[in-house]
Amino acid sequence: MSATPLTGLQATWKLPPRGRVGMYCLIAAEAAIFTIFVVAYLFYLGKSVSGPSPKEVLAVPVFLTICLLSSSATIHVAVKSLKRGSFRSFGAWWLLTFLLGTIFLVGTGREWHRLIYHDGLTISTNLFGTTYYSLVGLHAFHVTVGLLALAIVQFFFLCGLVHEQHAERIDVLSLYWHFVDAVWVVVFTVVYLIGR
Amino acid sequence: MATDSLALYPTQTTSRRPLVDQLHAWITTVDHKRLGILYVLYGLLMFGVGGTEATIMRLQLLRPHNDFVSPQVFNRMFTMHGTTMIFFVAMPLVFGFANYLVPLMIGARDMAFPRLNAFSFWMTAFGGLLLYFSFLGGGGLYGAGSAPDVGWFAYAPLTSQTFSVGHSTDFWTLALLVSGFGSIGTAINVIATVVCMRCPGMTLGKMPLFVWISSVMGVLVILAVSPLTAAQVMLLVDRYLGGHFFDTQAGGSAAIWMHFFWIFGHPEVYVLVLPAFAIVSEVVPVFSRKAIFGYPVMVAATIAIAFISMSVWAHHMFTIGMTSNANTFFVLSTMAIAVPTGIKIFNWLGTMWGGKLEFRMPMLFCIGFLFQFLIGGLTGVMQAAAPFDWHLANSYFVVAHFHYVIVGAILFAIFGGVYYWFPKVTGKLLSERLGKFHFWLFFIGFHLTFDFMHVPGLLGMPRRIYTYEPGRGWDTWNLIVTVGVFFQAAGALAFALNLLWSYFCGNRAGNDPWDAWTLEWSLPSPPPAYNFSVIPEVRSRRPLWDLKHPEDPDWKYE
Amino acid sequence: MVDASKTWLSNGAFLLLLCLGNECRAEVHAPRSPTNIFAPASEPAYSLFGFSLLVLIVCAAIFLIVFSLLVYSILKFRKRPDDDGREPPQIYGSNPIELAWTVMPVLIVIVLFLASVRVIMAVQDAEPPPSAVEVTAIGHQFWWEFRYPGLGVVTANELHVPVSGPSSPTPTFIRLLSADTDHSFWVPRLAGKVDLIPNHPNRIWIAPTETGLYLGQCAQYCGTQHAKMLLRVYADTPQQFREWVQHQTRSAEVSPEVSEGRDIFETTSCVNCHTVAGNKNVASGQFGPNLTHLMSRDTIAAGAAFNTPDNLRRWIESPDSIKPGSLMPAMGLTPHEIEALVAYLETLR
Repeated sequence: MSATPLTGLQATWKLPPRGRVGMYCLIAAEAAIFTIFVVAYLFYLGKSVSGPSPKEVLAVPVFLTICLLSSSATIHVAVKSLKRGSFRSFGAWWLLTFLLGTIFLVGTGREWHRLIYHDGLTISTNLFGTTYYSLVGLHAFHVTVGLLALAIVQFFFLCGLVHEQHAERIDVLSLYWHFVDAVWVVVFTVVYLIGR
Repeated sequence: MATDSLALYPTQTTSRRPLVDQLHAWITTVDHKRLGILYVLYGLLMFGVGGTEATIMRLQLLRPHNDFVSPQVFNRMFTMHGTTMIFFVAMPLVFGFANYLVPLMIGARDMAFPRLNAFSFWMTAFGGLLLYFSFLGGGGLYGAGSAPDVGWFAYAPLTSQTFSVGHSTDFWTLALLVSGFGSIGTAINVIATVVCMRCPGMTLGKMPLFVWISSVMGVLVILAVSPLTAAQVMLLVDRYLGGHFFDTQAGGSAAIWMHFFWIFGHPEVYVLVLPAFAIVSEVVPVFSRKAIFGYPVMVAATIAIAFISMSVWAHHMFTIGMTSNANTFFVLSTMAIAVPTGIKIFNWLGTMWGGKLEFRMPMLFCIGFLFQFLIGGLTGVMQAAAPFDWHLANSYFVVAHFHYVIVGAILFAIFGGVYYWFPKVTGKLLSERLGKFHFWLFFIGFHLTFDFMHVPGLLGMPRRIYTYEPGRGWDTWNLIVTVGVFFQAAGALAFALNLLWSYFCGNRAGNDPWDAWTLEWSLPSPPPAYNFSVIPEVRSRRPLWDLKHPEDPDWKYE
Repeated sequence: MVDASKTWLSNGAFLLLLCLGNECRAEVHAPRSPTNIFAPASEPAYSLFGFSLLVLIVCAAIFLIVFSLLVYSILKFRKRPDDDGREPPQIYGSNPIELAWTVMPVLIVIVLFLASVRVIMAVQDAEPPPSAVEVTAIGHQFWWEFRYPGLGVVTANELHVPVSGPSSPTPTFIRLLSADTDHSFWVPRLAGKVDLIPNHPNRIWIAPTETGLYLGQCAQYCGTQHAKMLLRVYADTPQQFREWVQHQTRSAEVSPEVSEGRDIFETTSCVNCHTVAGNKNVASGQFGPNLTHLMSRDTIAAGAAFNTPDNLRRWIESPDSIKPGSLMPAMGLTPHEIEALVAYLETLR
């Protein structure tokens, strides 16, 4: 094969970037995991033998949802800034994304504190408790991992190590963040709208 | 990096690096070829372990009311045998093949994510070690633990803390969780490699079937292993956080574990069999001297199989009391999957038809595959018919069926693949003589064991029993089944000897010992670490056929 | 009740198969294996048998055709010793052939599917007639509890049912529950298996046409002694069944000669797990089998041993010697105590 002369084909042969395809595959796998937890949640709705029910104890987290979904918009702006080369803008929007995500996590933690200590709902209380904490907890875990990744990028940025050529990779990371937000849309609908 | 390839030649006269350095190179490698070899070696090693467990079981079942092992040990044996063979033999073997061959076949220099590749292998390897550590570390309350004894599908509520004290079940759960991450990593890698790293000219319609099938397998792993991961997290929540996912006393459902498990479990068997199809689709054309018959339909059938396989899972649950409507649906979907599967057999037949068949070792195993997959597939169709399955499920008929497909089809194809690609990997040909011993001993043993195993199932013998009553007509059949094990062991021994002997003393293979047509055969045997010095360009599905037959190239007809 | 065999008969296309089935059934009237799925003695086993024959015939036909083609191609197209070394014609595919061998399997699938649906509906959706005997079976690790709620009978491991004929159908409908893990009720000559799953009540029905003893066992792995959770189903004549029910509903005899044994039974932890009805209901444990009419059963320990005084002694002294891993503990009784206890149990007819 080494004797084959180079044709124009090599120059025009363009395949999708690896990182993006890899991230899509990861998102597919994670989506499959979340689907199973959502199915379990829906299946067990109304089947708790005792203990608090969703209607009794769940408050719709409107503010937290707005924060989390806005963070998708802010991260999108951040990536666009980076691609344009406006680094200061990128740093600011990225930080804002991180803050919005943190507010979401803290808010979730506060809701759990109230549920556990005030309403007596733990993961072992009943089927609702088990499925609720598992599903929301799995999502919160993914938010935490996302925040960690965002923090690392923020750190690199503050050290002056983020340049335009990193835009593609950071864009791929933002795909993960968008996925986390999309999962929240599903979880919110299932837990707080359908399930109550 | 150049020295890495030299390490594969045992007889090089240039100065050899110290052993510690060589081991270090293997342990830290990110080269897809080395990782592929590690996967296959790991799988073969665990095959010996799993085979030993099977031998212990068959010795116990040699005759009724035998006391070779206690019921507790026997129950651990069938759990470990199933878990080992599926997760730590078959999956590593197919991942190993994919890892080694996919980049070579598409003209790439490595997989898309080499470090993820290494991580995935070591996760799988450690998962296996974790599973086996259970023999030492599983003891819990009242010393009740040891290796898991809940069956490889670990039905709830047998796995709850109530019925499985100690940590044996946790070792099962964690080992599979860990190796599951490795599997998903490999799947992501294979898909990204195939989508993003094909050489110029290799459109999706010009990839070798092996590459097509490997990427479909990757998609299935992503969609199937994830539900298992989710279910196992739920099981851990139940066992350690007081959760009630599968706690029937709290309103939970034992059936939902079955659904989640089989949503994994059924696509899983296609994850295992698709690579067998991939190997056969490469070997049969070369040894029939003809292109594969009906390439586009083979691709379409593969995709159809993968798609339908996500909808058949509850045919493992025909006896649990689903509604007649649910049973009906799963009968339909399961029978439907038989159509694209059958089509593949016909296409392989069409490939051989009108060709010039050479019965070298790879082809011998693939022909064994064809007959045995035909039979195994048909016993599957029998079980798809739910009313028949109300007898056959959970009996030795099922055990015979799935071993027929996993051993008779998948393992035979893997053996064929080893004989086919061993020369490329090592530069040496495997001995045909030892190969024939391997094939015939294993073939006789396989048929003694698994043909006759169907009969006790038809005579009412359930599975997973450590002993059985005399007077049910099962005795003689069980004896014959056990005798077959020793022939298979002898065949496996011949195989191991062949691998060792040929590696050191086999004939040199050269680049292209089989006169084949895909890109890996254009490279030296073994290939250099970087694979291709110049990235090739292709115009058809068989680039080397075009080179060897410039007057009649494939791209004129595709 | 839907007589599934009549449904088959009414369809002319399956008449031939039913005749074949009848032939085979006649031949295996005295089967060598008492658990042969091809020796049905009851509905729904008869329907399953006829259906299975259809499936087997279709699969056998497919096998013969493809097998022959494979063998033919291997023989006809092997490379000859005098081969000229040229490559054969490269055929890449053929649309008509590929269409044909897609359409054929689809048609076969449709036939098998439709046949399956008929039997599924007939068996699963059958309604119990007023004359049906109702039983509740509760699966335990590692024994079967049988209750006849309408008749007031509680027993273990050995099920008695009346035979059922087309003229006077008296099928037995069994509700399947579980007290612990998953089990499965499988008596091959009577019916296909149905699982017993906690919190998921199931139902199976049988209608044996011939009197006799039918054997089976648990068919879903349930723990250490899954292998010895055996089933014995006695199909009685209506008269025998009535007598058996009458006998089972009586309280236990209270015989003064075995008072020592009875005392041991009632003062050690036996009563925590076992019930012996009558006599102020001292013994009313539910964890283990009901022993009120222990001696009316042929086996003990869910079929793990025959019901003889020697086996009873062995069982009480050390259950693990008969069924290692069963949940009955060794009570640590002296040989004399065991003797007395067995003498007492022998009066529980």
